[in-house]
Amino acid sequence: MSGPGNKQCDTGDGYSFAYLDEQTKRMIRRTLLKALSIPGYQVPFGGREMPLAYGWGTGGIQVTASIIGPDDRLKVIDQGADDTTNAVSIRRFFEIVSNVATTEQTAEATIIQTRHRIPEAPLQEGQILVYQVPQPDPLHKIDPRENETRKMHAYAEYGAMQVTLYEDIARFGRIARTYDYPAMVNARHLMSPSPIPKFDNPKMENNPAIQLFGAGREKRIYAVPPYTSVRSLDFDDHPFEVQTWKGCCALCSSTVSYLDEVVTDDRGGRMFVCSDTDYCNKRQADRALTTETGGIVAPDEGAKL
Amino acid sequence: MKRDLAAPELRPAFADPVFDTQAVFRTLMSAVAYPGRIFPLDRSVSAPHPLDVAATALCLTLADFETPIWLDGRASSDEARSYLRFHCEAPQTTDKKSARFALIADPSSMPHLMDFHPGDVEFPDRSTTLIVQVPSLTEGPTASWFGPGINQVIKPGIAGLPDWFWPEWNLCSEIYPMGVDVFFISGDMLVGLPRAVRVEV
Ligand SMILES: [Zn+2]
Repeated sequence: MSGPGNKQCDTGDGYSFAYLDEQTKRMIRRTLLKALSIPGYQVPFGGREMPLAYGWGTGGIQVTASIIGPDDRLKVIDQGADDTTNAVSIRRFFEIVSNVATTEQTAEATIIQTRHRIPEAPLQEGQILVYQVPQPDPLHKIDPRENETRKMHAYAEYGAMQVTLYEDIARFGRIARTYDYPAMVNARHLMSPSPIPKFDNPKMENNPAIQLFGAGREKRIYAVPPYTSVRSLDFDDHPFEVQTWKGCCALCSSTVSYLDEVVTDDRGGRMFVCSDTDYCNKRQADRALTTETGGIVAPDEGAKL
Repeated sequence: MKRDLAAPELRPAFADPVFDTQAVFRTLMSAVAYPGRIFPLDRSVSAPHPLDVAATALCLTLADFETPIWLDGRASSDEARSYLRFHCEAPQTTDKKSARFALIADPSSMPHLMDFHPGDVEFPDRSTTLIVQVPSLTEGPTASWFGPGINQVIKPGIAGLPDWFWPEWNLCSEIYPMGVDVFFISGDMLVGLPRAVRVEV
């Protein structure tokens, strides 16, 4: 990625906080307010070229850059982790262009930019979750023409989406889709939740935090306000279900978090661990503290899988 | 901001435009995300008569050459017009349907909601946002607000609205997702009323 100095971005005010010029921020801010006013509706916006390739979360970055201020504390996660290349690059970008404080702790963050996960720790009022979205339109696979899907959204013609899901049931006996699972927002707009696992879909509903979605290539922004209905599509005879695991996290023993399978050695050893590293680390630290202070931790609790 | 020696009597805009607009925007976003709650602005600005501080701050934060503004009779003082022209560079329009923002200083005789632009069927976001200055956000008749952003119910008491306001507001739900969005302003306080909110009087 190139630094902020590589591009003409002077605002006339002498500098450009958070990389974007003031007029672009104003345009994105107006877009964000309309997105919150019409939950789940994709608002087109005049996206700007960012110093990162598409696929690096340029939509999310533009949203974050338009809302962030000196009092914020930013957390960036990718696949649930704060230390992946993508997350580190984006966090560094904002440290450079906005000099903002960063954190890896969900509870301390005022803005969390994410790809692929919603944190396990419940979010609070005052927190903002910014999703990086590669494909904002859940109807894109049904019809790639934007003017056609825009009409379907306008008239709430979502029958084709239901049919697609039902074809899954006919073929596989269940809905095969495990991530980017479409959901109805405020009982009106069908929304792509971005490539989060469907495990995370229920967290979007009635969340006290503000959820903003930015798609850089497609230049669209949408939102789920706090305390809003978000229903994953399903059928009476095939209700929506999230993934479950037989065991628990090998590191922190959580039985309620989303687990990733990781290879532990070159002899095929493997284990399941939390995808949300902050959540997992915190639980491990709490357990260590409990042990130190004489609390009882069941032996081998985390090892069974 | 440009300096224009021809307008020496003009009040200044924000002292620090970049950080003041960022802070004001976050308040505006909270007001839209949590409708019905009263949010005080944490930045101040010297407002032109007869605009309230929060209405002025909102315009400075969101309006520019891309957003035509309509002003009602009371709002359209020479001072307010010059201020908005100079600091926001927003075109002032007499056509309510082409306005992206409408500044209403006299709510009791405000135009009907459908006189403004409700957006288009396929682009409901292209609608007018109403900025309505009211005498009080708490001392008017209470109404129960429901919908996105509201945890169960909230009961603001917006004062100074015409009798037809709430019945007409609920009629607008028939054209949702088209519709107008509202900010109620009183001094340096504001309340958001996005179109998805339903109200029982
Ligand atoms: Zn764990």
